[in-house]
Amino acid sequence: MAIRKLLVANRGEIAVRIIRAARELGIATVQVYSAADKDMLAVKMADEAVNIGPPHAAKSYLNIEAILKAAADTGADAIHPGYGFLAENAGFADAVEAAGLVFVGPTGDQIRTMGDKAMARMAAIAAGVPCVPGSDGRIDSPEEARAVAARIGFPLMIKAAAGGGGRGIRIAADPEEFETLMAQASAEAKAAFGDGGLYVEKVIERARHIEVQVLADGEDAIHCYERECSLQRRRQKVWEEAPAATLPASVRERLCASAVALARAVKYRGAGTIEYLYDDASGEFYFIEMNTRIQVEHPVTEMITGIDLVREMIRIAGGARLAYRQSDVVAKGAAIEVRINAEDPAKSFQPGPGMITALTVPGGAGTRFDTMLYQGYTVPPFYDSLLGKLIVWDETRHGAIERLKRALGELEVKGLKTTKPLFARLADDPDVRAGNVHTRWLEPWLEHHQQELQEQEGTGS
Amino acid sequence: MSKHLLSPLPGTFYRKPSPDAPAYKNVGDPVAVGDVIGLIEVMKSFNEVKAEEAGTITAFLADDEEPVMAGQPLAELG
Repeated sequence: MAIRKLLVANRGEIAVRIIRAARELGIATVQVYSAADKDMLAVKMADEAVNIGPPHAAKSYLNIEAILKAAADTGADAIHPGYGFLAENAGFADAVEAAGLVFVGPTGDQIRTMGDKAMARMAAIAAGVPCVPGSDGRIDSPEEARAVAARIGFPLMIKAAAGGGGRGIRIAADPEEFETLMAQASAEAKAAFGDGGLYVEKVIERARHIEVQVLADGEDAIHCYERECSLQRRRQKVWEEAPAATLPASVRERLCASAVALARAVKYRGAGTIEYLYDDASGEFYFIEMNTRIQVEHPVTEMITGIDLVREMIRIAGGARLAYRQSDVVAKGAAIEVRINAEDPAKSFQPGPGMITALTVPGGAGTRFDTMLYQGYTVPPFYDSLLGKLIVWDETRHGAIERLKRALGELEVKGLKTTKPLFARLADDPDVRAGNVHTRWLEPWLEHHQQELQEQEGTGS
Repeated sequence: MSKHLLSPLPGTFYRKPSPDAPAYKNVGDPVAVGDVIGLIEVMKSFNEVKAEEAGTITAFLADDEEPVMAGQPLAELG
């Protein structure tokens, strides 16, 4: 069923991004918004807009009933969930389909399978995708735990089966510590989640975060190469690239093929990302999880492949087959995205909302700025701090870094503090320029460069 | 004259440390300077609201999960 009117169940820059893609497909748009978001750019851009509730996300952007009512009232025939909020909520995907509407994304069952850590790991193993060595499922006895520890070696991570978001994780360096921590972890998991079940995984100590973009139509699947997102602060990505600059070609080929195998195995539909840890030292990669949605950092893939991922996922949701064969997907050059957040790098990244009193958006060759900002817009305090994404492309990674510096120089956001000064520093760092980074590289770097970031603040840049 | 405890930041006010936990303070509870009376969530970052004056809470002027502005009264002290 071709989509005629698409409801955007999200906000901020991704809502703007979705409206743009829909418009190019000749699809009308309905933007839902909370009472705090009536002035947001996506509301101004969409053909229609519907207030779905109070600022608190639980009462608006997470309110399935209100969103479905808005769709019914406006005659929308499809819903795009964006990222975050309800994007990976299987119940929402089911409810959208039960209401006779198209969910722009995978099926509820696919979200359920890939969202459950143990089930996703089993699906990956079945598809021949390497996983971090660990217990096959939950561990129920100390004897079983010891046997697994002996097999995979130390250090290893003890995780609560029912945990998430970093909670209930302990790292044991040796068998003695393992015994003590297993007992503690089990008791804590029981108290926190009502389930003392644990599983263990090998710690990959110096790993890169590399992820593969896939596009699939329920029958066929292709990859659009990989991104590297190793620069992270508190497990949040801040700088993303495509391709992963230091990945050997032979590893790239196996990595991307494994992602396609997994997408095919679950008969995936839509745009998805399969995340891996990559160990430079051994050349091994390990499946971590699959994100069953469009991701924040999708533009770097668009820049190197020329494929409009958001437009493509809407077309597929409307019933179209994949428009590309694998051989059509050619990666060219290098792209970098940096996240411009309403956070003050000089003050431990304290977030701060406020009014945009002046805005200068960078332009020129190979430069893209995806944002929901405009002059006079007041950024509300109720949602995440992402203001925009500065994306650059050039034929080489070196060229892209120079272009990033030039574009950052043009970007001006006045009225609140942003993460811009951080990226000017990172773009000059020898390790970043050499691609010599891993997932635990940025946090110590930030600590070491705290003073410079504070001084930079003083000069008003 | 009654005193007010004000929100230091704009954001979402929470009276409990987590959805299933009891409230930090209830009406009738004594408050000392520095006591936590709630949280303000600003862009997914949680900030404790500490009392700058002592007294007894006679009323909450903002509900749990209510959006608040910086400087808005959250509670009244008697």
